[in-house]
Amino acid sequence: MKVRVHITLKNGVLDPQGKAIEHALAGLGFGGIDDVRQGKYIELELAETDSARARASVEAMCEKLLANTVIENYEIDLDG
Amino acid sequence: MKAAVIVSPGSNCDRDVQVALRQSAGSDPIMHWHGDADLPDVDLIVVPGGFSYGDYLRAGAVAAHSPVMREVVARADKGVPVLGICNGFQILTECGLLPGVLMRNAGLKFICRDVDLRVEAADTVFTADYVDGQIIRIPVAHNEGNYFADDETLNRLDGENRVAFRYCTPSGEVIAAANPNGAARNIAGILNEKRNVLGMMPHPERLADALLGGTDGRPMFDGLVEALAAAA
Repeated sequence: MKVRVHITLKNGVLDPQGKAIEHALAGLGFGGIDDVRQGKYIELELAETDSARARASVEAMCEKLLANTVIENYEIDLDG
Repeated sequence: MKAAVIVSPGSNCDRDVQVALRQSAGSDPIMHWHGDADLPDVDLIVVPGGFSYGDYLRAGAVAAHSPVMREVVARADKGVPVLGICNGFQILTECGLLPGVLMRNAGLKFICRDVDLRVEAADTVFTADYVDGQIIRIPVAHNEGNYFADDETLNRLDGENRVAFRYCTPSGEVIAAANPNGAARNIAGILNEKRNVLGMMPHPERLADALLGGTDGRPMFDGLVEALAAAA
């Protein structure tokens, strides 16, 4: 089963990289951008076929390693 | 005093710490490979700077779960002093020994230069040879040194006098202009609740010998050796 994990900075956590991207886009002439936040995207291929168990397992992975929950949120998408 | 320096793939300040400890203790620390969970009995554990695991995922995130770190956490819980410098500080926050996180520098640049620090807590084994309010000058060299924690955590650190060092001007003012990386409340180093774990971004081992241009880092190692020899 393929699992997709999106890791994003929590609201209120400053994102200097996002700001730099925002400024670069403005410099290229792209207008109307109010805010840019950047994060991480991780794909996992799991042997598990049960969705509930897969989700629980990936949640544990996020809590232990994939995300730092002091500053980051995560979202888990399961295939099928 | 017996010390161990944890060596991970990508550590690059382990040898500097070894030299600084040898100079102060008169004997070499054990250089302990991260993959070996069987850590000998020691009086001090140092997690040195560098780029463990290439800073993959987040600085310190992978090394925080290496086999030896479980043992380092257990020893810290028993009261063994643990010093994390730079990447070592990042590893100690990632493994939960210290609160908060070291984020990307606010200016997005790697910073490598001497900084002035105000000693805020001289009542620990790490800082016993300094005095409160003393201004010292040692280098930083990092890309993720921007200390962040929620207000509640920051207030607790302040309330419990657990900020060991703050970035300051040469005359000791703690102001935004003296903050190299955007760290909350100019925090350069913090202690755990029991005050036996110190994490700091600046590198005392890099200015612990006059030949290198300064000795403001040396009292940390001298003080540790004195305190721990007295305790043994």
